[in-house]
Amino acid sequence: MTLLEVTDLTVNFHTADGVVQAVRGVSFGVEAGRTLGIVGESGSGKTVLTQTLLGLTPGADVSGRAMFEGTDLLGLDDHQLRAIRGARISVIFQDPLTSLHPLYRVGWQITEMIRAHDKSVSKKEATERAVDLLRRVGIPRPEQSVNDYPHQFSGGMRQRAMIAMALSLSPQLIIADEPTTALDATVQAQIIDLLLRLQQDFGTALIMITHDLGVVADIADDVIVMYAGRAAEKAVKRDIFYSPHHPYTKGLLESIPSSSAAGDRLRPIPGSPPSLINLPSGCKFHPRCGYVLDRCLTEEPGLRPVSQDGYHSSACWLPVQTAGLSEQAEELRASTVREGRGAAAAEVYDTKIAGVLGSEGSVAG
Amino acid sequence: MSALPVEGPADDDVLVRVDHLVKHFPVRSSGLIRRTVAQVQAVEDVSLSIPRGKTLGLVGETGSGKSTLARCVAGLIPVTSGRVTFNGRDITNLSRRAMRPVRREIQMIFQDPYSSLNPRRRVGSIIGDPFAIHKTATGAERKRQVQELMERVGLNPEHYNRFPAEFSGGQRQRIGVARALALRPQLIICDEPVSALDVSIQAQVLNLLTDLQQDYGLTYLFIAHDLEVVRHVSDTVAVMYLGRIGESGPKGPLYESPRHPYTAALLSAAPAADPDAAAGRQRIILRGDVPSPIDPPSGCRFHPRCPKAQPLCAEAEPQLEAKAGDPATHLTACHFPVETGENLATATAATPAAGGSELI
Repeated sequence: MTLLEVTDLTVNFHTADGVVQAVRGVSFGVEAGRTLGIVGESGSGKTVLTQTLLGLTPGADVSGRAMFEGTDLLGLDDHQLRAIRGARISVIFQDPLTSLHPLYRVGWQITEMIRAHDKSVSKKEATERAVDLLRRVGIPRPEQSVNDYPHQFSGGMRQRAMIAMALSLSPQLIIADEPTTALDATVQAQIIDLLLRLQQDFGTALIMITHDLGVVADIADDVIVMYAGRAAEKAVKRDIFYSPHHPYTKGLLESIPSSSAAGDRLRPIPGSPPSLINLPSGCKFHPRCGYVLDRCLTEEPGLRPVSQDGYHSSACWLPVQTAGLSEQAEELRASTVREGRGAAAAEVYDTKIAGVLGSEGSVAG
Repeated sequence: MSALPVEGPADDDVLVRVDHLVKHFPVRSSGLIRRTVAQVQAVEDVSLSIPRGKTLGLVGETGSGKSTLARCVAGLIPVTSGRVTFNGRDITNLSRRAMRPVRREIQMIFQDPYSSLNPRRRVGSIIGDPFAIHKTATGAERKRQVQELMERVGLNPEHYNRFPAEFSGGQRQRIGVARALALRPQLIICDEPVSALDVSIQAQVLNLLTDLQQDYGLTYLFIAHDLEVVRHVSDTVAVMYLGRIGESGPKGPLYESPRHPYTAALLSAAPAADPDAAAGRQRIILRGDVPSPIDPPSGCRFHPRCPKAQPLCAEAEPQLEAKAGDPATHLTACHFPVETGENLATATAATPAAGGSELI
């Protein structure tokens, strides 16, 4: 069952320097009980994307649709959104120190959340629930910790408290925005382990926003790779890691120093991400891409299916057969580029793609 | 003063040697009379050496003392006890004047390219600072040298008059590299140089550091919490926990068969960008958090979180030494080192862990 269906979401910010095109027509779906990983570098629009869903981007120019349990989140007013935020969809932010109020006890902050949404819960009941939640997320001695202030918690414990708060009203969907980025490796492992276990227990859907492909490899079912405000590639996890189609996805995977390449030179993506105020023409990745064709300079590709089932899709003009990290795929990419640097070459690829996919596959999700 | 000095190559090949280094920070009481009420034991009896032209990777979590150690080596803060030798010369707690010529030889690259550059100064003058401070070049000559440096680190020399805000994170880190390189130092201390950067940019900066090392014969002390980054750049690796070195050695043996349970846990906790490997891996989930360095645990400092802890671990401090079957350069401070093929994910400690036992 699709829990959240986002269609063609566009977010612009009007600033003194010009229009910041933070999100440019992104569509995706989140299934109940599954985890969607959204990966991207700084400025790719991944955080704005999810904050817009919750009405946390005031002043932004938003268009598109975001259907959640039959209502369009983007059409709700502040009052209606407040009933959904925290109760049906909750958020875990990156920095647990700044997202907990330093002057209130941790337990109070959890009970306030419970009682704000359900006035019928007594203070005592709410405190009992807070203790139970802290226990479930692995806080030692929850009966005492409930009366502690945030500064008495370590970074990992604060993030556990944030997770307890996010779970307190049994939401259908949790949006976790870089929840482990501020934490050390061993604590990050604890938190990811906790999120996975809680997701199994509660059946909650999870959107995991991260820049770390390692975290995605651990936790996600489906993955969206964002670049310059758009989805560059969308697929189930295995396809992203083992047969990426978009040169940006491939570039990200290759720039990670991994054990296999130890000692060799790394293969970084040249250049840096574009300014969202002044985007390049055509495909926004072309200034950094190693496989530029003529049409990449003028025409921006949309997401197109690159697999038989149509779920794996990529916003790139390269032929579908070039998906993957094999030598064959690399040769095909190279030969496509040789041919593609001429007029009318693009037409040829369209026919090739149609041939491979049989009939027109539809873009899923 | 118990750990053995790290076995290294002959002394004339060693650029930096650290012997039994201790650094404590006093914790003072508030109020009129500020008495010292405790000591933060940031670095406790650390010995290591870095051969000329090589890279030592220093790994550890927040509070492990790795940055403090680096600052002691660079002479930025006085050490409590122990010795730092640079180029065969004792540079421990030198006076400012005596330290000055040494500073030309030891430079640092910092983590945050946003806060380590003065936003109100032009890039050319930031990179030219070392020349001005050490009075090695002036005027047109300084500008020429700065532009050469900019070109060398992959910046456009025409951007000499721009402000840091006009550069991206990766470019700013290149500015930091150029500044560190200006006086042709022998040692560059890189303190988390790529952790604030996106992966695609991180690889660019790592490649640059590798190239510079080859071209100028630089020696690096490379601090990072990302184990894959450290594996990529280092020749030898030292793993720190609560101010002490838990394990050190050539990167191959250390990564392939870690002997200290903490190293094993760190390696298993690092997320790998490979779903199949992630699914098949036995992840060692440590209990609890890193204890406070003000009041570190008795015996082995890792014992409250260790999956293999025995009663002995709480009593006796393990020596940093080569364990049976390991090369002489692979040192481990552990009473019960990890054996090949041992599964720590299912191991259970035989001692009640203080405080952390209720955690998962």
